[in-house]
Amino acid sequence: MREYFHGLMPVCRKEMLHIQRDPGTLFFALLFPMLQLFLFGFAVDTNIRQIPTVVLDESRTQESRRLLQSFASSDVFDLKLAVNSPDAMYEAIQSGRASVGIRIPTDYARTLQQGTSATVLLLVDGSDSSLAGQAVNTATGVTLRQSLLRVLPDGKMPIDVRPSVLYNPSTRSANFFVPGLIAILLQMMTILLVALSVVRERERGTLEQLQMTPVAPLGLMVGKMIPYGGLAFLELCAILAVMRVVFQVPIHGSLVLLLVMSLPFLLTVLGLGLLISSKARSQAEAFQLAMGTVLPSVFLSGYIFQIGNMPVFFRGVSQIIPATYYIRILRGIILRGAGIRELWLNAAVLTGMGCLALLLAARQFVRKSAS
Amino acid sequence: MTAVITADHLTIRFGSFTAVKDVSFSIERGEVFGFLGPNGSGKTTIIKALCGLLPPTEGGGTILGMDIRKDAAEIKRNIGYMSQKFGLYEDLTVAENIAFYAGVYGIKGAQAEQRKAEVLELTGIESYLNRRAGQLSGGWKQRLALACAIIHSPQVVFLDEPTAGIDPVARRALWDLLFRLSGQGVTFFVTTHYMDEAERCGRVGYIYLSELVAMGTVAELQQMPEASPQGTSRLQIRLPNPSSILGSLRGTAGVREATIFGSSLHALVDTDKIPALEAKFPAAQIETILPSLEDIFVTLTYKIMEKSR
Ligand SMILES: Nc1ncnc2c1ncn2[C@@H]1O[C@H](COP(=O)(O)OP(=O)(O)OP(=O)(O)O)[C@@H](O)[C@H]1O
Ligand SMILES: [Mg+2]
Repeated sequence: MREYFHGLMPVCRKEMLHIQRDPGTLFFALLFPMLQLFLFGFAVDTNIRQIPTVVLDESRTQESRRLLQSFASSDVFDLKLAVNSPDAMYEAIQSGRASVGIRIPTDYARTLQQGTSATVLLLVDGSDSSLAGQAVNTATGVTLRQSLLRVLPDGKMPIDVRPSVLYNPSTRSANFFVPGLIAILLQMMTILLVALSVVRERERGTLEQLQMTPVAPLGLMVGKMIPYGGLAFLELCAILAVMRVVFQVPIHGSLVLLLVMSLPFLLTVLGLGLLISSKARSQAEAFQLAMGTVLPSVFLSGYIFQIGNMPVFFRGVSQIIPATYYIRILRGIILRGAGIRELWLNAAVLTGMGCLALLLAARQFVRKSAS
Repeated sequence: MTAVITADHLTIRFGSFTAVKDVSFSIERGEVFGFLGPNGSGKTTIIKALCGLLPPTEGGGTILGMDIRKDAAEIKRNIGYMSQKFGLYEDLTVAENIAFYAGVYGIKGAQAEQRKAEVLELTGIESYLNRRAGQLSGGWKQRLALACAIIHSPQVVFLDEPTAGIDPVARRALWDLLFRLSGQGVTFFVTTHYMDEAERCGRVGYIYLSELVAMGTVAELQQMPEASPQGTSRLQIRLPNPSSILGSLRGTAGVREATIFGSSLHALVDTDKIPALEAKFPAAQIETILPSLEDIFVTLTYKIMEKSR
């Protein structure tokens, strides 16, 4: 068994010296994810509020004003523009000054009083699908409520929904997105660091010299994983601290469990980094391959889009993306306070993936050294 | 005598390209074997195969009796290797590089300290211990590389162009070092492009277009019929201005090769045409000499080129 890991300790010690000797890379590696955390943590807010809205009120009655009032009080629409003609309304949407237009026709109040159905026109800019969806839903809700209030004699609603959102009570998107972001940032940093360290050795010819020594492939790889894994772990702690203090995202579950369950993910991304380094011939190529893993992890891991809503094919793909499992662990522990019982399977899958990546990389390494 | 390095009909192909073709030789304990050949002739490839890094396509070989196909791991523990390109860590100091290689070869504790002291004494690199390897001059880099390659007291050491690009004094220092170690029974396999270095070696091998075309001591090679064909003589021609007659000498009947050697010319000439030559260049002092290694390798190379045409 020791045979398979021959050279682990010397490689590990040497790698720490490299890290010390190159403070620039170290600084960049630790700071860059932090910067991105701030950037994306503040920028991403998917809750749609205050959609710029243009209003054409041709009715100009008490009824029309009451309807507009209820639109405004929903917090979704910002009735910032009033125009006098349909053309002006289209123009406002086309130019992008407004994303939604509300047109209340001349006969709005009259038809209402006659007891027949009055028409209100809602124009929505569909180029942002989530915004359009939110606008239509809210408008429907607002008008439905107005209609019911008119029909019901005492103004009392038969059913009153009192929504209470568990786990993320203010529905703040930071709470939802920052934990996911941790997985993405950690993955990017770790894969890059470890892949570049191997490829650099290949470019400089030190790997050729090393291959003539009794260092075993696993000894070399694990020897490199330990220091870079350690760095990534420190970065994780720093990111969690920023999340807690700056973004005010509370950790509902056990911090220790979170840290322990992060280890299998680190193993996996370190393994991926090694796998990439066995394919890449230059540092530039390694960089590209490392970046290539980012997009799938962003879009197919459930970080942005719900996996359940994906087409079957992509749902399948999401199952082989390590970030999928780690994001479940992160959100589970941070947002819901979940424990081992709910999450152990995710950690187990990650451990399996990590070992697989490591073995594949070691095999690739042996094969590559033969040519 | 015991053979410590053997190659047995070694053939290595990369796809359809044959980098090493049917090479066989055997090297004894304590020999300093010089391996020569033009760029791309397959020297580095043979070394990698012998160290067990590259499985041979056909044939095989042994190092210290171990099979290069089966015992790669064991072989690596018992040989030293210095790659053609500087293979140490430039951002680490001399001491850190040596300590790393000691660790990699599994040398620990008191034994490690003792070996470190020995290689430092041997290479004289002690005064640079805390210098980064990248800041050393070429000669000292090579001595450091050698120190790392022999830290585990290997019986066999492969040096791939150890003196490329370093000055004559540093070269001589390195060679003196090799002979000191070979006196202690260490076997060296050294590739080089320098003829003077090759002539220092006990035996040399010459590889051309993937084939081993000559192998032996310098004296043996000088007697090779291919190098000194029947009925020809190797001549040294002294003249005040050798370059002025090189053209007409090459055009003279019976002259097979001619080249300038410092202030004289070396030529391979049909022996029966020597009187005619003396008549044509009356001012020249002509004497018969033994071919130099360079003469031999050039003659062999021409012969092969002619044959393949
Ligand atoms: N992994 C490989 N794949 C394909 N071809 C290779 C490989 N390694 C070496 N070669 C080819 O094999 C030939 C011999 O290469 P080798 O490095 O052994 O030459 P060399 O004698 O050491 O040359 P030099 O004096 O320049 O070091 C070259 O043509 C080289 O391009
Ligand atoms: Mg070479």
